[in-house]
Amino acid sequence: MSSVLYDVPGPKARRISLIGSIVGSLLILGLLAWIIMTLAQQGIFEARRWQIFTRGDVWTLLGNGLWATLSAAALAAVIAFPLGLVLCLLRIADAAAIRIPVRVLLEFLRGMPVVLMMLFVLLGFGTSPFIAVVTGLVLYNAAVFAEIIRAGVQSLPRGQREAGLAIGLTSFKSRMLIELPQAIRRMMPSLVAQMVVLLKDTSLGYIVAYGELLRAVQVMADFLGTQFLFPIFFVAAAIYIAINILVSRLAVWIERRGSKKAAGGVAKPEPEAAEAPVP
Amino acid sequence: MDVIIENLPLYWEGFLRTLFLSAVSGIIALVLGTLLAAARVSPVAALRGFSTVYVEVLRNTPLTIAFFFAAIVLPRIGVRFEQFEVAAIIALSTYTAAFIAEAVRSGVNSVPVGQAEAARSIGMKFGQVLSLIILPQALRTVIPPLINILIALVKNSSVAGAFFVLELFGYGRQLANANGDAVIAVLLGTAFFYLLLTVPLGILASTVERKVAIAR
Repeated sequence: MSSVLYDVPGPKARRISLIGSIVGSLLILGLLAWIIMTLAQQGIFEARRWQIFTRGDVWTLLGNGLWATLSAAALAAVIAFPLGLVLCLLRIADAAAIRIPVRVLLEFLRGMPVVLMMLFVLLGFGTSPFIAVVTGLVLYNAAVFAEIIRAGVQSLPRGQREAGLAIGLTSFKSRMLIELPQAIRRMMPSLVAQMVVLLKDTSLGYIVAYGELLRAVQVMADFLGTQFLFPIFFVAAAIYIAINILVSRLAVWIERRGSKKAAGGVAKPEPEAAEAPVP
Repeated sequence: MDVIIENLPLYWEGFLRTLFLSAVSGIIALVLGTLLAAARVSPVAALRGFSTVYVEVLRNTPLTIAFFFAAIVLPRIGVRFEQFEVAAIIALSTYTAAFIAEAVRSGVNSVPVGQAEAARSIGMKFGQVLSLIILPQALRTVIPPLINILIALVKNSSVAGAFFVLELFGYGRQLANANGDAVIAVLLGTAFFYLLLTVPLGILASTVERKVAIAR
């Protein structure tokens, strides 16, 4: 795509571009060097600050935090997806008496901050932080999944449903056997992207005192002394970001695989802008 | 219900601060995100690389980590703020900019190739092609996704409440702790003020989407 925006560079443009690249790289390197110098002045790189990672219990605590993060995300995803499916079916039901209240409910759930829902469950129902985190994630993400699947159903050609009804399927069977399988497959990239959002949102558990990775960082910094805050935070953030990048890569891989199949005429891919994930 | 009415001034103050945080972070993120998207399609390799790495890392950073870094780690390593609002704005705008950059870039890709070719064939340079031909058309198609990102920004600003900024969520939490017997009412009140911002924005997004869809 980018090559459409400018001509194939000639010798002069190549030179300018090279100079630009070098100057740009130098600026970015300079910025990095400045940051590292500032950090070094604070004594961040002293060996004793990083020696804590030779201690087993630090890794045990980090591991526990990571486990808490992943288990909350996995449980929430496993519950949220079927619930989203059910909500989607209700949202596109033929009866207005079902459709409209569910629509209002979905608007309500999608319009609220996830952390507010977690706090609501935690304080309103006096549950444990784990249940609060999972419930908050389930409510919000089920609503988002429902909307994504609904968009998929509505993007199908109308003939699909008409054909289903014409061969004598009930409305429900037509949805289950004909429309949903195609819709879910078509929206797979968006669904996986939303899984990444769900995984990222488990870090909100920090705010409701759930013992996930970031809370483990805080606890260790309080316990071992604040001079260790930066090293521990750095390692924990790196773990978090690495996992998220892995899952995002999975989403891209699924998208590629899906669009390859689509080229065979199974389904045409959605416009890219509609799939841009939302933070 | 009485709790909400009694504390309406606090809610209002929190609402205004949420609005302020969202507006300032939104404007910074829009500018930064558009610049990043422009760098992403530019002929200069270093800019492309920087933009790619920035977007990839920030998009995969949990917001809470960004806030933790800005509000707790930065002051420890020598960056001092007068107010924690600054930390919140740094975290929100750098995080949101990555999503805006991605949305704008996919908008640039959605502009038909012939537009750029035509612009180049009449002798425009890269900067002119981008600013006069591509971006005006791209922004048009990305307005609905951009509004959705701004809705998410409003909701995300609630994380600031946990990092020493008294906005809507911060006040909600404070009131919930002070009124143990009316927690549900207090938090529903907070939710109402969030919906006051997010629902109209959502309606705006779907209206714009429909308008754009007809025009094409």
